[in-house]
Amino acid sequence: MRLYYEIARRSFDRFLTYRAATLAGTATNGFFGLMRTYLFIGFYGSQGTVSGWTEGDALAFVWLGQALLMPVFIFGWYDIALTIRSGDVVSDLSKPFDYYGFWLARDAGRALYHTLFRAIPTFLIGALLFRLSLSSDPAHWLGFLVSLVLAVWISFGLRFLANLAAFWLLDHRGAVYTLLFANGLFSGLLVPLNYWPDWAETVVRTLPFAGMVQIPVEIILGKSTGADLVVALLFQLGWAVGLMLAGRVVLALAVRKVVIQGG
Amino acid sequence: MAIITVDSLRKSFWVNQRRAGFAGAVRGLVSRTGHEVVAVDDISFEIAAGEMVGYIGPNGAGKSTTIKVLTGILVPSSGQVTVAGLVPWEQRRTLAGKIGAVFGQRTQLWWDLPLIESLTLLQHVYGVPSDRFNANLSYFREILELDGFLDTPVRQLSLGQRMRGDLVAALLHEPPILYLDEPTIGLDVVARARMREVLQEINRERGVTVLLTTHDMDDISQLCQRMLIIDHGKLLYDGSVEAIRERYGMERTLVVDLDGSEEIEGPLELPGMTDVQQDGPRHWLRFRRDQASAAEAITAVTSRHRIRDLTLEEPDIEGIVRRIYEGGDRL
Repeated sequence: MRLYYEIARRSFDRFLTYRAATLAGTATNGFFGLMRTYLFIGFYGSQGTVSGWTEGDALAFVWLGQALLMPVFIFGWYDIALTIRSGDVVSDLSKPFDYYGFWLARDAGRALYHTLFRAIPTFLIGALLFRLSLSSDPAHWLGFLVSLVLAVWISFGLRFLANLAAFWLLDHRGAVYTLLFANGLFSGLLVPLNYWPDWAETVVRTLPFAGMVQIPVEIILGKSTGADLVVALLFQLGWAVGLMLAGRVVLALAVRKVVIQGG
Repeated sequence: MAIITVDSLRKSFWVNQRRAGFAGAVRGLVSRTGHEVVAVDDISFEIAAGEMVGYIGPNGAGKSTTIKVLTGILVPSSGQVTVAGLVPWEQRRTLAGKIGAVFGQRTQLWWDLPLIESLTLLQHVYGVPSDRFNANLSYFREILELDGFLDTPVRQLSLGQRMRGDLVAALLHEPPILYLDEPTIGLDVVARARMREVLQEINRERGVTVLLTTHDMDDISQLCQRMLIIDHGKLLYDGSVEAIRERYGMERTLVVDLDGSEEIEGPLELPGMTDVQQDGPRHWLRFRRDQASAAEAITAVTSRHRIRDLTLEEPDIEGIVRRIYEGGDRL
């Protein structure tokens, strides 16, 4: 375990080097947060609630979404695919550590950095400017933290799989682009899943993407309580573990291909 | 005692003819067209512990395929291989603790972090006890003069510094075997010489067995007692660096400048010598070492022509190897 802690710490430190990028990124997240805020204010107008959410809920959703963007990493992530392309993957695969664990630890360090230096500042911008309705129950905040960790793990599982596609495909970006599109749409980031038509919501809520934004947000809004909260966390855990197992199987296939067919 | 044995190693690849586009890729999943390429064809050799061996061949000769098999990254099509008593592709992770590798065109260092961070991480990767690790680190700090840039982010290091960093990273877990793939590529003359000194010292002081692939013949002639030459997947030469001169470097060249008092058109006619090139009064006369000594050759020229100056050119390793690659001196 010490090894994975050391890997995560270095990954965290890596991001510390780029202070200007952090500042610029936070400003961008804040700017889009403002645009989306006024969109929702206009949308709510004089309506009290839409699909069970008040305007305060919707604004909290906007700023939580803007904050979660980076820790959960909705964007295109090519770190593994690039090592496959360059051939450096071979040296990582030869190291006496667990390859999935190595990258998960790196992502954990990254996610912690993005939580502290991107998510919290971005959220504070929204919280200072607008009235956001968040749950005041500490249990919900605790549930949110657990849910956030699981959201990162699910996101990592998906990104890991999309990156491994580079072992088979000449163009390593295709799979990542597809994932990027699905992330934005099905996670609830752009339009909360409860706004969707019932049948679509039911379908999308079974996919892992729901565990990346919609579920953590519902927990801290206090929309998911008691047994529902536990079920929501178990849903996330199930997907995180399932994606990890899938990742390991695909990795084993990729390694088999590499050792027989060359890089 | 042999630390690396390679017996009748053969590796062939199936190369797919890829079709263009997504539809082509899908069709490629169903029906495959392609051909077999033999990258390594029946190669056998042994390397004793503590040896420093040059492994050379032109691009595409099969060098990196061999190295990949030796590190366990590739499974051979047939043949037996043991490295440090292990079958590489069956015990890759265990073997990883016994070998170090430096690929001159790649790096295993963390790009954004100070060099020391990459090095200390390796202690945890390989589970090196702290006292051993610290002893190794201080040893390498001294011989590789790392102190000036241990705290510098890797992306700001010069190529020479980065290569030294990569070399330390490959050696901190005390591997008995070191693979080097073009360790001096891109380095300036001074950095190159320094790198060679360090490699010699590590080989001598720590008894590390080194297998070195390179295109730089000076690396080979200065570092290695022995060289393996491979081309088209076949082993062409396995022997000492001196012996290759005697075996393939039979032809010496006497370069003479005539004093210009004679009218000579075209090549000179001399017994046992071939005038291979002319440039004004200068002639390049090739003769075989086993047929005439240098003194005899000079006498043969001076007894017939008046010359102003002469030099004797010994065949260099690079020239010999080039001729072997070009197929002029096949076994």
